[in-house]
Amino acid sequence: MITIQGKGVSAGVGVGPLYFYHRAKTTIKRYHVEDVDAEWHRFKGAQTAAIEQLGELADKARAEAGDEAAMLFETHQMMAEDLDYEEAIEQQIKEEKNNAEAAVTDVAAQFAEMFASMEDSYMQARAADVKDVSNRILGILAGVAAGGIASEVPVILAADDLAPSETVQLDKSKILGFITAGGSGSSHTAILARTMGIPAIVGVGNALKPEYEGRPVIIDGGTGNVVIDPDDMTRDRLLKKREEELRLQRLLESLKGQPNITKDGKSIRIYCNIGSPEDVHAVQVNDGGGIGLFRSEFLYLNGEDYPTEEQQFEAYKQVLSDMEGKEVIIRTCDIGADKQIGYFNLPKEENPAMGMRALRISLTRPDFFKTQLRALYRASAYGKLGIMFPMVTSVWEVREAKKICENVKNELKAEGIPYSENVQIGIMIETPAAAIMSDRLAKEVDFFSCGTNDLTQYTLACDRQNNDLGRFYDPHHPAVLRLLKLVADNAHKNGIWVGICGELGADLTLTETFLAIGIDELSVSPRAVLPLRNAVRMTDTRESSPRILEALGSEYHHT
Amino acid sequence: MKQFEYTIQEAVGIHARPAGLLVKECKKYKSTITIAKGDRSVNALKLMALMGMGVKCGDTVTVTVEGEDEDTAAPALEAFFKEHL
Repeated sequence: MITIQGKGVSAGVGVGPLYFYHRAKTTIKRYHVEDVDAEWHRFKGAQTAAIEQLGELADKARAEAGDEAAMLFETHQMMAEDLDYEEAIEQQIKEEKNNAEAAVTDVAAQFAEMFASMEDSYMQARAADVKDVSNRILGILAGVAAGGIASEVPVILAADDLAPSETVQLDKSKILGFITAGGSGSSHTAILARTMGIPAIVGVGNALKPEYEGRPVIIDGGTGNVVIDPDDMTRDRLLKKREEELRLQRLLESLKGQPNITKDGKSIRIYCNIGSPEDVHAVQVNDGGGIGLFRSEFLYLNGEDYPTEEQQFEAYKQVLSDMEGKEVIIRTCDIGADKQIGYFNLPKEENPAMGMRALRISLTRPDFFKTQLRALYRASAYGKLGIMFPMVTSVWEVREAKKICENVKNELKAEGIPYSENVQIGIMIETPAAAIMSDRLAKEVDFFSCGTNDLTQYTLACDRQNNDLGRFYDPHHPAVLRLLKLVADNAHKNGIWVGICGELGADLTLTETFLAIGIDELSVSPRAVLPLRNAVRMTDTRESSPRILEALGSEYHHT
Repeated sequence: MKQFEYTIQEAVGIHARPAGLLVKECKKYKSTITIAKGDRSVNALKLMALMGMGVKCGDTVTVTVEGEDEDTAAPALEAFFKEHL
């Protein structure tokens, strides 16, 4: 048994014989031509054929993997007929009198070089596209058919790397998994493998030896494990894992579009936590009901200086419009504590978790706060916005923050800039002070969202960053759960809703508890939405809630 | 000649996909369409040159439309930029 570790880029377990991808090799002959017009026509013929083939591939990709995958080949088509590319080849043939093969090879290298030297890693990867397109034209010039799989049975396909056109041309019914020596999680093989649900592992380097060909292999695309000649135990363990994965995947898939409702008809909203506008896609794919926490810190962490009102407005607007009217709750700047930024010039503190952070900074620097609020209110015209203040301990803080909101709205009104009058204002409950004062705070705001990570840290006096505290840092501690219950009760007495946006929200062992204490919304990472929906749908609160409430209450008497 | 400026909102900038869509769009018109960023400008029909400019989110480009159908092409392109870029 031989074990190789690569990088898993498409989850799933594949079992089958190992097969190496055989690429049709073309050697490039270089010679000078006399009849340059005939040579030019030979190139034009190959180019036209390549464009046609790419059109067929686009159709195939569209049917197998959707519009996104098809667009790739349409882009390849445009590269093949790109004016600069064509002109450079024409010059090579007509003026340098080079043969078409040499011309295509050299021009492809120039363009690939241009992309490879760009700053952006995405653009660098486009060098492979130019080469792929050019190889197609070269293949046609040489009259060589594309490589493929000559095996009768389905295989685990190994290759140095696969060009997108190669991946799409392969007969998918013959492929149980991919292993490539190079490549990354964003390579085309990885993307296509994920879209088609085929396990894939990249970056195994030169660990796969030619003599392994034909031997049984198991790959686990989740862990990046490749096992050649697996023993029975390994084989059984991984096969069981595959079955389990498939079962769970089917179950979760079937939950898309379903309500988050318990067996006895209690419903809860399941929203998502995101950190940048690009995460909206994951929210949509996982069927999140809204965004319960959009951390605005990325705007501050990415730059060298404070983000402008315009930059912030664009980011907020994008998320609001992409969410198409679903609720989006954006948290105002939560810098400080474990998130330090140079240009903020915050004085060094002995104990930053208890220092100048989050709303405390915003209220100390009202101009900075106003810039963010102006951007938020301007963006509110594009969707359903909620604004949430982090790290509240006192009622006066909330009143002061709301006053600045009013000023901002008046300014916008005076300037004739549109904003929504229906923006909800909420606060994070993440300090024991806020939880204890939640009856009073509830009269000031439209909603509460409990940040359980900080609430646990401050309630239990346990530093989140200190891994040695282990069993002392216990988010299931009755002190934390009782505070959550207190907050929920105070919210409901005052007719506002209460959510949880900390990691605890996705903890399936607490789903029954959250339903019992009346949490209205759980905001979790997009991947956690469907497992959580499943847990909610399995719950019968008529059975679970009395038991849990009694346990929480009985603690009161014993301690 | 018609001209407008546009600040790219698309998070990935003018990458392969948006560049491809832009070339497709520009092919619909007879006018010559050029995209300029700083002192570099390219014909909008040239996909690879367009990608090679490395236009990122937040960059401002100047779009120039010149030709017989410039009066219809320019507003249509402006709408295209707003929608896709």
